[in-house]
Amino acid sequence: MGRLVKFFSRRRSWSLPYVLFLAVFVVAPLVLIMIYAFQAEDGGFSIENFDKFVHQREAINTFIYSIGIALITTMICILLGYPAAYILSKMRASTARVVVMLFILPMWINVLVRTLATVALFDFLMLPLGEGALIFGMVYNFLPFMIYPIYNVLQKMDRSLIEAAEDLGATPRQVFSKVIFPLSMPGVVSGVMMVFMPTISTFAIAELLTMNNIKLFGTTIQENINNGMWHYGAALSFIMLIIIGLTTLFSGSSSEDGTNEGGLL
Amino acid sequence: MTKTNHIIEICNITKSFPDKVVLDDVSLNVKQGEFLTILGPSGCGKTTLLRLIAGFNSASSGKILIDGKDMTSVPPHQRPVNTVFQRYALFPNYNVYDNIAFGLNLKKVDKKEIEVRVKRALKMVGMTDYEHRDVQSLSGGQQQRVAIARAIVNRPQVLLLDEPLAALDLKMRKDMQMELKEMHRTLGITFVYVTHDQEEALTLSDTIVVMNEGVIQQVGTPTDIYNEPCNAFVADFIGESNILNATMIRDGVVEFMGREFECVDTGFGENQPVDVVVRPEDVYIIRNTEAAMFRGVVRSCTFKGVHYEMFVETLDGYEIQIQDYNCFEPGTEVGMMIKPADIHVMRKERTENRVEGKLVDATHVEILGETFECAPVEDIESGAEVDVCFGFSDVELTDDPDDGISWGTIRFILYKGDRYHLTIRTDDDEDVFVDTRDVWEDLDEVGIKIAPSALRVVRRNNQ
Repeated sequence: MGRLVKFFSRRRSWSLPYVLFLAVFVVAPLVLIMIYAFQAEDGGFSIENFDKFVHQREAINTFIYSIGIALITTMICILLGYPAAYILSKMRASTARVVVMLFILPMWINVLVRTLATVALFDFLMLPLGEGALIFGMVYNFLPFMIYPIYNVLQKMDRSLIEAAEDLGATPRQVFSKVIFPLSMPGVVSGVMMVFMPTISTFAIAELLTMNNIKLFGTTIQENINNGMWHYGAALSFIMLIIIGLTTLFSGSSSEDGTNEGGLL
Repeated sequence: MTKTNHIIEICNITKSFPDKVVLDDVSLNVKQGEFLTILGPSGCGKTTLLRLIAGFNSASSGKILIDGKDMTSVPPHQRPVNTVFQRYALFPNYNVYDNIAFGLNLKKVDKKEIEVRVKRALKMVGMTDYEHRDVQSLSGGQQQRVAIARAIVNRPQVLLLDEPLAALDLKMRKDMQMELKEMHRTLGITFVYVTHDQEEALTLSDTIVVMNEGVIQQVGTPTDIYNEPCNAFVADFIGESNILNATMIRDGVVEFMGREFECVDTGFGENQPVDVVVRPEDVYIIRNTEAAMFRGVVRSCTFKGVHYEMFVETLDGYEIQIQDYNCFEPGTEVGMMIKPADIHVMRKERTENRVEGKLVDATHVEILGETFECAPVEDIESGAEVDVCFGFSDVELTDDPDDGISWGTIRFILYKGDRYHLTIRTDDDEDVFVDTRDVWEDLDEVGIKIAPSALRVVRRNNQ
């Protein structure tokens, strides 16, 4: 009894539920993906799944196409999100809070519902579903994730830096290009990660908005797993994880000196 | 316009924010090449004034001329001034060299010349060899040196400094003060320096401008300001001082603490109420009580490094602060003397409260946003606009929510030897001045009560 009390009174013991959760729902699945990816159908170690991917033209095409779509989506999100965040940061704090809330509000509705609504909207406007609709849907879904971190960085930026630049002779445009924009990079990097990663792996949005005509990598993985091809699906997932891992690594190094100002929340 | 030697002319500047007037009709001239310090407590409007000169804010009314040119519509980047910010404001995305070269790069100065000038500026602030350092790896003092170099490298006509040393530790601050003074001599440009540290202001400046509540209190050289403060606020803010109520008997004779003193001030009239200021170091304290001008008992004695700081209670119940190289133990009976030249007489800004109000009926008057009972008023009709006068010590203060008639916040406390002189800003934004022996604290909420017999109601003079 006494031992039990002692055990629960240690602060370290309190983290146990979280450690268990992480182990069961995060670490174990990742390990399983790795094991499955390097297993042949008969259960022995092999790299035949990866070999299959490299030699399957269609899968590679889908893979490259997915990255392309993700890049385009991310790019559009930056182009739309940066000015929005900039304008928000210039607003009075109370007004800005309301507007940010409006941006976040659609997040309260399930992604699938929102996407179905988008499909309905395209139908209503008699616009064709397809690549355009897909990119529209993805931008619509992920734009808030771009705006928020950029807004966060801009809004916390030390006003005296902007004044210092003006004081030293910078025109408003030069203040932006030489001070504000470079200093908001950590926010942009966070935004890119928040948008690029999910767009690579999405499949529901692609299915709904292209009437299953366009396949993204996420769709390919899902199809394989649905068809019982667990090992091949795991290998594809593994490849995707590597790509996402690489972007994280890349953005991590580029925002090294920008501290951690770019967090989403 | 005739060419004057005023590099900056501030003409009737008023700056108000929706809920507050920060600067109230401020006019000031800054001479070419001088080291001018704007000194005041926080919230007095000094930083706002500096920001108006730099162009970061625009005035509600009035104008600022720099080098004879009206700056009203000139944006900050086109003004011939550079600013050193309190929190340095170095660009974290550039190294030391690029920070300093920032202004020159924008002006498209030749690369070779930039290098020469940046190196010279670095040498001037004692930071040679730091060119390629990341600014965030520097200490506070080093960052401020870089910030100063970044400003002076542009050769501005005026260098504005917004409490540049406030964030540094004492030792570093002292060193930097000397360096700034030296830099001012070498560069020969005008420095406008904002600080709340009176010692810093006295050390550095050619001219000090003392501000309070958005109004300039006094402009003068450090010795002028220290030796001849023009009012109780300045005397209290600059250095330590004993401020006492007094009566000017006639030219050269002033009465306070219950006796007459010889002084050197003249021109105040006869039997006029005045304030006197005596600096703690100007009161001579001696053991021989026979030869003294007045006597008292030491209440406390604190060692302050160079001198001892003592509080002495006189036989008449006044508390006097004294600084002396000798220590007098608490409880010692001592004698004190003051030289005529060390007694500084100041005209009183006011001798009683005078507020605008309205007579409700014969025994009630509306002042300070509330209705007060007053002694019967006979010759003024009800509803008339009136002025109401009452003495400083007629006001009774209370913290009982049911007791006070009108409420306000204590804005300024002045100790006058045997009483406190409080400035209370009432909830409807009027100032009431109160003498009390009770101890209150700055920003305390207090209720105001005034005895009916103390209120003197007079017809408003509409001239």
